[in-house]
Amino acid sequence: MLEHIELFFKSIFIDNMVFAVFLGMCSYLAVSKKVATAVGLGAAVIFVLAVTVPLNWLLDQYLLQEGALSWLGPEYADYNLSFLSFILFIATIATMVQLVEIVVERFSPALYNSLGIFLPLIAVNCAILGGSLFMQAREIPSLGLAFNYGVSSGIGWFLAILAIAAIREKIRYSNVPPPLRGLGITFIITGLMGIGFQSFGGMLTGGDESVAPVEETTVEVQQETDEKKNKEEIDEKSVSYNEVNIVQE
Amino acid sequence: MALLSKKDTNLILDPLADNNPITIQVLGICSALAITAELNASIVMALSVIFVLGVGNVVISLIRNIIPSKIRIIVQLIVVATLVIVVDQVLKAFAYELSKTLAVFVGLIITNCIIMGRFEAFALGNSPWRSFLDGIGNALGYGVILIIVGFFRELLGSGTLFGIKVLGDPIAKTGLYAFGYENNGFMIIPPAALIVVGIIIWVQRSRNTALIEEN
Repeated sequence: MLEHIELFFKSIFIDNMVFAVFLGMCSYLAVSKKVATAVGLGAAVIFVLAVTVPLNWLLDQYLLQEGALSWLGPEYADYNLSFLSFILFIATIATMVQLVEIVVERFSPALYNSLGIFLPLIAVNCAILGGSLFMQAREIPSLGLAFNYGVSSGIGWFLAILAIAAIREKIRYSNVPPPLRGLGITFIITGLMGIGFQSFGGMLTGGDESVAPVEETTVEVQQETDEKKNKEEIDEKSVSYNEVNIVQE
Repeated sequence: MALLSKKDTNLILDPLADNNPITIQVLGICSALAITAELNASIVMALSVIFVLGVGNVVISLIRNIIPSKIRIIVQLIVVATLVIVVDQVLKAFAYELSKTLAVFVGLIITNCIIMGRFEAFALGNSPWRSFLDGIGNALGYGVILIIVGFFRELLGSGTLFGIKVLGDPIAKTGLYAFGYENNGFMIIPPAALIVVGIIIWVQRSRNTALIEEN
């Protein structure tokens, strides 16, 4: 139970899809002019993530991983099909989005009217494929946790697009320097919100070092090269340019 | 430039500045920003996108007359996914360290909106050679922004370029650091990438006021 709660808050706040790993930025920027449409798209993202992440987890577990085929018989135990994961994941997502669209249209026309126009957009939303790829990269151990991960990262994305849409509705009345209007100021606000979200990094302490948060990966290589050169001094040095790490440790 | 007519040259040059995929068309931001903390990773990412978009545009353009329009999205996704798998396997074989840094972001080239956007907007209606130029041009425009962002973030954030300490050694206090210069740790954290892109947009639109949007 505790790991569920931990993963839930971690995916919403610390590893927020938009602010920590920049996923789904295209639709985030394009559809965030009004709060109402932002809510529609956000809900559709939660929905599709909740369906596709567990599905891709099953695919990964029983088809793609190294040794995943051993349920077919011992002679299949050495197969490693993980290089096929991109194509299978995206095929699953495209199919599921189509299927969801058809089912929703048939059984709930009201929901279809509010979600429907966004569903085709979602097949190529990086947040959806990203959810499945991160699920695979972080080796999420059970189906329940995979479902949890899908829902909670969807909620994180929903929160982000809701917040930026509300800000953009207000900023229309402000006197923004002309060259920054529209796209420029949205980028900068998103950056500032991202810095705000980084402060959630201190929320969880202990026990999650093994699951390396993604925002660190870009820094890691640099750190490693430094570590080789001067092992003793790394501590004081990393303080100066690696606040992310420090906060999370 | 005997090979290229003036129109063809424009296909390559336009996306570099006034029709840039990132700053003007708002495409392909998704997988770009997270990997720009270092110049190395930015360049590899740019090269991967140039390959995928260049080849992908040609393939889609070659089969544009036989794709049924109802399933074209799936067809496009399959073409991109195949090319990305090639890139991913090549990276894993020849640049393993870098492929670790890029992690899932190589896979996310599949859903990079630049690629689907160019397939839909250009390759489906143009000949293979022009589609190829358009693909290369747009990928270059994307790469230029990536490299600019990567350059500033690595230089200001850790004082290095390609891992070489160009500003001197921050611990031994040589070079610029002797005068009390400090690295700006702010540039390393992910949100800084957004702010740098915001500033690039600002500079670009101040120079070319025709691009300014309504509030």
